[in-house]
This record gives sequence, structure tokens and C-alpha cells, in this order.
Amino acid sequence: MQQGVSADIRTPEGFLRGSSIIAEIKASRIEFVLSVPDITTSEGLLHPLSQGSAPRLIRVCKEDEGVGICAGLSYTGRRSLLLIQQTGLLDSINAVRGVAVEYALPICMMVGLLEKEPGIPPRQSRRYGVRIVEPILDAMGIAYHEIEEEADVAKIRPAIDDAYAQSRPVVLLIGRRPS
Amino acid sequence: MMKREECLKVLARHVADADIVLPVYSAAFDWIDIRPHPLNYLSHGAMGLASSHALGLALGRPDRRIIVLDGDGSLLMNLGSLVTIAAAAPPNLFHFVCHNGTYEANGGHPIPGRDRVDFCGFARSAGYPTVHEFSDLRIFEQQIGALLSGPGPVFADLKITSSGPQERDYSRLHGPHVRKAFRAALATASL
Repeated sequence: MQQGVSADIRTPEGFLRGSSIIAEIKASRIEFVLSVPDITTSEGLLHPLSQGSAPRLIRVCKEDEGVGICAGLSYTGRRSLLLIQQTGLLDSINAVRGVAVEYALPICMMVGLLEKEPGIPPRQSRRYGVRIVEPILDAMGIAYHEIEEEADVAKIRPAIDDAYAQSRPVVLLIGRRPS
Repeated sequence: MMKREECLKVLARHVADADIVLPVYSAAFDWIDIRPHPLNYLSHGAMGLASSHALGLALGRPDRRIIVLDGDGSLLMNLGSLVTIAAAAPPNLFHFVCHNGTYEANGGHPIPGRDRVDFCGFARSAGYPTVHEFSDLRIFEQQIGALLSGPGPVFADLKITSSGPQERDYSRLHGPHVRKAFRAALATASL
């Protein structure tokens, strides 16, 4: 769990490849991606994912639906990832609270941070909607990882493996638009 | 109009041992007495998500029938799931809504649009290929076997009367032992 991240060294000109993230998603044995479009990950992740056959993309109408679908899948031994925006995460807090946390299920969420400034840690964002995300996850006791640079992509597979091994939720925060 | 308990008893006669059933709120308390079984999936949280859990189960276990006994108030909270389910088109998902026009678990208040809401219309518009409405127990009994034998996704609006106050011990739905039993039963059934 990455909590209380200090102002680490990041460069606004850093980069993140969508292809690297997708490779990690596949390496994590994710078979289903549930998504409501998110502007941060739209071009670099969702469009490419929509053009492949695996993992299977299921478009959902609302993010909390995706929490339920991931929960059902988890009992069948099939791994899934919910790809959403932080606005959708905030809208789904009760589903995440009840289904992911209280039922202790491996709900894996990849969350694009809308309007986050590249190079600025989420907690230091000028955007209220970005700044509050990690404190909320802390309050809920949910593990999370910041994915903003190419080097961060290596966090994805261990985070997903851990979520399934421990049967608990995890959030992967996408801090810039993947190329 | 049908009595829910009688309706569910008829349904139970057509539910196989391998079927997974997700009953919601009041229907859940009736159902677990009518068909006590570890493959009853009872812990789907709140706010109408049972049909979404059902879709996950249907996608993950295409070898099994997944039967949702939704509530009308619950479905109104998650109408988008009708569109998502119809688009994903799982042939093993059977979606019933116990339609009594009442938030029975929360004080018996009417659902919004109680006298106008058309669940079959929602399901058809969302793209469910098979949609039925039942308000006569005799006809339901005649048709339910064929309905469950056909391909899904299927939607059926069960017009029922409100059953009034019930004793509700929610630990029977949300207790960790319920999920543990379900997981074990599904794993055993996979062998």
C-alpha cells in the first residue's frame, strides 16, 4: 500500500505507455475489463483494449455496476479489472465499501485522475477532486498505487496478484494520460 | 397478482441443484427457506447490484444457470444493468423481478412511479431478447419450465402482492459464513 506519499521527484515531461500497462494487465491474468470511459485513459488504454479480444471488454453504464460484476467474477476464479475515472470511484463509494471492503473481495480498480497535473502528487493537486482521492482511500483502508511514470507500471502485476492473494480491493491511480 | 411465496415455490421446483440463485431482500428471506442451498448467492450488498453480480457469475461460469430474483426498488436503482446485461448477452442469465411496487424492506413505501412503471418495457428497450410478465400463478407454473430451458438473457416481471412485515435477520444474507459456504460449494461443483 502506498500511503502518505511525499513530494517525490517527478518530471512533467515524464511519460507512460498505454501498451506497457496493457501488457501488465494481460500478464496479471485479467480476463475481463469493465469500463465506463475515462478521459485520462481513453486514448491510451480503453481504445486499444476495445480493439482486442482479450481481455474481454464489458462496457458498463455506471461504475458501481462494475463493482458488482467484478465481485461475481471473483467467485468464479476469473480475474477482472474495473477501468474508470475518479469521479466514478467517488460515485461508487458505497458499493466499494460494502462489496469490496466489507465482503473482502479482490476488486481491482484502475482509476484515471481527471485533471491531475503531471508531476504533482495527487495529494498536492490544486484540484479538490484529485486531492481528496488518496485520503478517502486511506480512510476506507484500501490499498492504492500511483502509476504516473513508465517505471510505475511494474507495480501493477504485484498489486493485482496481492489483491487476489489477500482477497481485498486495490486501486491503481493513473496520474497522466498514457500514450 | 401472485403471492411471492407461492410463486417462488413454483420456481424452486424448476431450479436444478447446480443453478446459482441471487434473491434480493424480501425475496431472499422467502427463498432461503424454500430452497436452502449453498449456491444461493446472498451477499450482493445493497443499492440494486444483484443483477450486476449475476452478470459477473454468468460470464465467469457459462456452464451454469444464473437466476436473479431482483426487487423492483432494487432494479430501479440499477436500471443501467439491463442495458449492460443485454449487451453482454449471457445465455445463462435469467432475470426475474419481484414486482410489488413497494420498498418492502424499508418500511413499505411505494416505489416511484408505482402505477406507471413498466419493467418489461425497460427490458425490451434495453435489448433483452426474451421478456415475460406473469401475474397468474397457474400460467407461471405452465411456462416457467420452458422459460428456464431456453436461452438467456431472459427477463420476467413477476407481479406479486406485498407480503407485509417479515422477521429479517440480515446476518443470514451478509454474514461471512454465507460467502464462505457459497465459495466452497462453487469450488466443489467445479471439480
